[in-house]
Amino acid sequence: MDMEAARMIGAGLAVFALSGVGLGIGNIFSSLISSIARNPSSRDQVFPMGILGFALTEAVALFALLIAFLILFK
Amino acid sequence: MADPLHQFEIHPIMPLQIGGVDVSFTNSSLFMALSVLATTVFLVGGMMNAKQIPGRWQGLVEMSYEFIAGMLHDNVGTKGRQYFPLIFSIFMFVLMGNLLGMIPYSFTYTSHIIVTFGLAIFVFLTMTLIGIIRHGLHYFTLFVPKGAPVFMLPIIVPIEVLSYLSRPVSLAVRLFANMMAGHTMLKVFAGFTVALGVFGVAPLAVNVALTAFEVMVAILQAYVFTILSCIYLHDAVHLH
Repeated sequence: MDMEAARMIGAGLAVFALSGVGLGIGNIFSSLISSIARNPSSRDQVFPMGILGFALTEAVALFALLIAFLILFK
Repeated sequence: MADPLHQFEIHPIMPLQIGGVDVSFTNSSLFMALSVLATTVFLVGGMMNAKQIPGRWQGLVEMSYEFIAGMLHDNVGTKGRQYFPLIFSIFMFVLMGNLLGMIPYSFTYTSHIIVTFGLAIFVFLTMTLIGIIRHGLHYFTLFVPKGAPVFMLPIIVPIEVLSYLSRPVSLAVRLFANMMAGHTMLKVFAGFTVALGVFGVAPLAVNVALTAFEVMVAILQAYVFTILSCIYLHDAVHLH
């Protein structure tokens, strides 16, 4: 198998991890929305935590994307 | 297709060697100096002729102060006050680094792992030192969570130590990966725009949306780096 083809396959496999991240981010925002719906006055306290959780989960997505780009372009 | 990783190359602007070590002034150093300059102009300019009822610029400076002071108060309590310059500097440096990188043809110094690792290792060592100075060797009880049964400790303590040691790594890689991946994606879509000719409006529209998203990510990652530093400071100051 030549290098270019192997690179493409490797990059494709690396982005499989993003499915887990999508689930995680959906989970965070679903619980954010339900908790704000239950208690609208908690919005200012809960929202920053939701954003922090989103950023931390997004970091995992970017680790996977980083590996994919490194495989593809190095 | 042009190489999307070309934008991360470092070019020396003023080559300089001290005893065989390359300490040239590079495009990365230029942007670091620019970010310090921008922060200084922002803060000093806003507070010149300060009024009791703030105008727009002074209002912005006061808002950024309140933001970090509030973050420290919420996470560390009153003892956090003395660490305000540290946390504010970290926040401003990372924020300016990320935002200056959004200007076309500029350089994002936070997209290099050595820069983010340097910052993360600095935060980690500082917080560990603060903890050891405040609490002495009692600081290492941080690795023993409250209420853990004694027979579980040989399993729990190594896991806790490992997760403590992984803090600088995760801090560094999170910021680096966000910046590098974001900018690489922008370049990749720009490459598609050029390659498709007339139908290039589709990747161009995606690029516009991605740029807006990247500005949000720039601010968010600065916030996340800072709030995690505050959380580690909380661990150092009030063990548990």
